[in-house]
Amino acid sequence: MARIVGGVGTSHVPAVGAAIDNGRQGEAYWAPYFAKTEPARAWMAETKPDVCLVVYNDHADAFSLEIIPTFALGVAPRFPPADEGYGPRRVPVAEGHPELAWHLAERLILDDEFDLTIVNDMPIDHGCTVPLSVTCGQPEAWPFRVIPLCVNVIQYPPPTGRRCLALGRAIRRAVESWPGDERVVVFGTGGMSHQLQGERAGLVNLPFDTAFMDALVADPDAQAQVPHATYLREAGSEGIELVMWLIMRGALGDAVTERYRLNHVPTSNTSNGLIILESGPPADR
Amino acid sequence: MNRDYDDIPGTYVFDGEHSRKGYALNMFCLSLNQAANREAFAADPDAYLDRWDLTPDQRRAVRERNWLELLRLGGNIYYTFKLAIVDGLTMQDVGAAMSGITTEEFSAMMIAGGRPPTSSGGRP
Repeated sequence: MARIVGGVGTSHVPAVGAAIDNGRQGEAYWAPYFAKTEPARAWMAETKPDVCLVVYNDHADAFSLEIIPTFALGVAPRFPPADEGYGPRRVPVAEGHPELAWHLAERLILDDEFDLTIVNDMPIDHGCTVPLSVTCGQPEAWPFRVIPLCVNVIQYPPPTGRRCLALGRAIRRAVESWPGDERVVVFGTGGMSHQLQGERAGLVNLPFDTAFMDALVADPDAQAQVPHATYLREAGSEGIELVMWLIMRGALGDAVTERYRLNHVPTSNTSNGLIILESGPPADR
Repeated sequence: MNRDYDDIPGTYVFDGEHSRKGYALNMFCLSLNQAANREAFAADPDAYLDRWDLTPDQRRAVRERNWLELLRLGGNIYYTFKLAIVDGLTMQDVGAAMSGITTEEFSAMMIAGGRPPTSSGGRP
């Protein structure tokens, strides 16, 4: 059976991607953040997953207000980087895993009754590619196959935290029912606290971010009860992206071990956070 | 209808009401992702705007690049930012304009730890 070997929660800030693409990681503004991300690259190099399922949101690049899928699973053989107005990022085309992705679609829709949207043609924007860059650097090809899972968090209402956690748990069952021996890492991306719009633009709430990470590890069911209005109020209008981390958390099973965490304020307009989790309680390790 | 997020200061939640109001405005902004449309808009803004079913207020806010007004009239920041990209602006420029401070003040505020959630704009 295939196995989920770990989870990564991380912000997906476009300016981080631009800093990598333009070789600016050594600049005074960026160096402290990129130094903090080194353990994430070491963990990824050591973990060597075969597949990464990346939960993220599209920012008016693959989808628009014409059609707004709540959960959209990419089943394509490859996913090119999107042109977000500056030309596509100079990153590899992500190779998909259509066989496993279709298996996930079947199991999630038939067994757990998640009404997924299935997507055959989908460029991936910074929401998906920046987390890959942060954890892999600048390889010629991504060192694993990628299954993108796109979540609507831009048009209110996004899915609830409870639904996201339940989807993650269903993803775990679906992966474990796949006869292949793939080792899978799940990414939950977006956040942490930030607000791009309105008079309150520039919001950061580091205590909220820290408490969110603590609850994500220790009591995801409690965190899943937190209503959207609390995220909007405390973590900012774009901080609601954090519900996507609950999908990653659900996919890791009940008990997890926290392997690494970073917080860094700011990257661009965002409180940047990253957490690495593995399945199983610390005592079992 | 009253919402549990109505009292959050300085925040425009992009709900169904905003989305309905701003659909044409947002799709106009999105059209600027394509180079040919950017060129047409730059060459003759009024003629290009005629192609879109904008209200007079929305049209004025586009012409004035009134970022806050665009939000009030149904704009979504990821869409209105497409217009800002055309102007060569960054998200910090737009954030500064919406919160009523200069870009330099905005950048300094972020480096100092950002804006507290209780703020409703201006200098933190």
